Amino acid sequence: MKSPVNRQAPIKVVIAKPGLDGHDRGAKVVARALRDSGMEVVYTGIYQTPESILRAVVQEDADVLGLSSLSGAHLEYAKELCQLLRDNGRDDVLFLVGGTVPPEDADTLRGYGVHEVFGPGTPTSALVEFITSNANQGR
Amino acid sequence: MDIMTGNGDQRWDEHVEQWRRERVAADYERIPPRRAEFRTSSGTKVKDVYTSADIRDSDPETDIGLPGEYPYTRGVHSTMYRGRPWTIRQVAGFGQAEDTNNRYKYLLDAGQTGLSTDFDLPTLLGYDSDHEVYRREVGRIGVAVDTVVDMHALFDGIPLDRISTSLTINPSAAVLLAMYRVVGEERGFPGHVLTGTTQNDILKEYIAQNEFIFPPEPSVHLVVDTMEYGADVMPRFNPLNVCGYHIRDAGATAVEEVGLTLSNALCYMEKGIERGIDPDRLAPRVSFFWNVHNNFFEEAAKLRAARRLWARLTRERLGCKDPRSWLMRAHCQTSGVSLTAQQPYNNVARTAIQAMAAILGGTQSLHTNSLDEALSIPSESAIRIAVRTQAIILHETGAADVVDPLAGSYYVETLTNQIEEEARSLIERVDGMGGMIGAVESGYAAQLIADSSWEQQTRIESGDTVVVGMNDYIDENEQLDIEIDRPVPGVMERQMTRLAEVKRTREGRRVSAALGAIEKAAPDLHHNLMPLIEEAVRARATVGEICDVLRGVWGHHQPSTVF
Repeated sequence: MKSPVNRQAPIKVVIAKPGLDGHDRGAKVVARALRDSGMEVVYTGIYQTPESILRAVVQEDADVLGLSSLSGAHLEYAKELCQLLRDNGRDDVLFLVGGTVPPEDADTLRGYGVHEVFGPGTPTSALVEFITSNANQGR
Repeated sequence: MDIMTGNGDQRWDEHVEQWRRERVAADYERIPPRRAEFRTSSGTKVKDVYTSADIRDSDPETDIGLPGEYPYTRGVHSTMYRGRPWTIRQVAGFGQAEDTNNRYKYLLDAGQTGLSTDFDLPTLLGYDSDHEVYRREVGRIGVAVDTVVDMHALFDGIPLDRISTSLTINPSAAVLLAMYRVVGEERGFPGHVLTGTTQNDILKEYIAQNEFIFPPEPSVHLVVDTMEYGADVMPRFNPLNVCGYHIRDAGATAVEEVGLTLSNALCYMEKGIERGIDPDRLAPRVSFFWNVHNNFFEEAAKLRAARRLWARLTRERLGCKDPRSWLMRAHCQTSGVSLTAQQPYNNVARTAIQAMAAILGGTQSLHTNSLDEALSIPSESAIRIAVRTQAIILHETGAADVVDPLAGSYYVETLTNQIEEEARSLIERVDGMGGMIGAVESGYAAQLIADSSWEQQTRIESGDTVVVGMNDYIDENEQLDIEIDRPVPGVMERQMTRLAEVKRTREGRRVSAALGAIEKAAPDLHHNLMPLIEEAVRARATVGEICDVLRGVWGHHQPSTVF
């Protein structure tokens, strides 16, 4: 479980790209917007496995995990990550998915334990607002 | 200059100035301009009106010239689409080779005239379909190819001597190029009848699309290997298609797209020349791939500017003497990143306008995006509209009936001049970093693109840039009513079965010998690996096995985490 944290500490976010897809324009824009809004942001870079993403969440003691996927394999990666987060006692992390996700997949993702899905065209301000009002729940 | 003309110019300039001061100012007084300032997507400030004064410094003979003549501002052919229309080349690739083969036949029936292949991510990155971690991406956003057996299935029943084929592949392009040639040979189409291209532009991968395996230096040498091999054994095939497309979709402006792409092309050419290859053997086999975005006149002008700049660079800087070396032959694709998930039918209009800019800019080949691409890979019904968009432009609009109809437009010629000049100064900046390999390794190019992408996002979020249906003209009650393409079920399992079968039936000793030969030769970057890769492919070695050997020798490139 998470250790007690200082309430003044900035929200810590891990932005991750799973698998082999290198399209990371969106991931970088989101990382920059969250950092500019005062959050602490770690971008894993591309080519991550579910295990390496879990490792980043644990090591960074992250409050939020943002998964960016444009490879069509978002269901598989998100499902496996939800399982790994549960198995490692980190299902308190606010888990968000973004990218080319057909709207009908959003419910499936929520069923796995993803908290919210942000499709193309989402303003970064909406993302910042969502994270600030939902990330502190576990603190 | 003629004294009379000089006086005429001066009189005219005074008249324009007076007209602007009195007439225009008065009209703006009544109806103010819609915005404080108007800019192109590259940030170039746009005047309200352009006149002959704006292009007075352009020589109509040496700068604009005639179609099919140096510097090719007006197109690479004298007759352009009056004779042969551009190639309608839609990219397709998903599932197993058979699935994509069926889609090819559907597209050819629908009026497509060239093929273009997207490979799945494991194939692009040099992994086999049975890879423990990456197998879930098999056949997803491209077709799965492990061995030449898959390549045979992909082109089954396609007349390779009559259809030109584009293979969208970069880090593992050398392997797929060898496969294509072997498939041709085994089906009775020798290398010299094959036409098409591999994308093979690894430098843009490090700065934009991020599909790379090895570090830049050996990767660029492998590209030069394919260029040399192509010139030897597939003389009508273009092994290199230098891509602005991904640089643009990753966030670069139109000017940056031209500057960075031509810097990449110069890097490959100069590495080949360093190796002692005659530039006139290399240059005619290089083609280009551009992104066509929304800013209509800037995009048409961009193609004209890039063509002129490449002609000048190949002739003046690279010392090419053969006019075929000076030609920038171009494929264009409408802009994926401009499409919205909101009100997706609007994307049909965006794509049609972008396609029109590509055609007025003089492209040789065109892919029009499908309306559903912000949500998934295209469905068949969406692709049909995209292909028909090209037919409508060709047959119903008259846009293809006159060669370079925008020439002489004060605005278009001014933009063409500006883009050429700004792109040239970006190339000089990159030269100062030791060329593109330096600009990649220092992170300069990737940062430039990320910064431009961020600026665009900021403008969209502030409302300064209007995106219809997304940040304006929003429909709160929008219901998505389009068909979404779903992955083909069972592809991974079937692909793994086929791979196991190939491995069981091939001659193991021949495969090991071929892979051993590659391993032995790879450390010497001036040793052309293509004949060895071809032998490995012929022996039914897999993409993963060949790339593993090279990974062992050259190592991996470390992805950047800069944002």
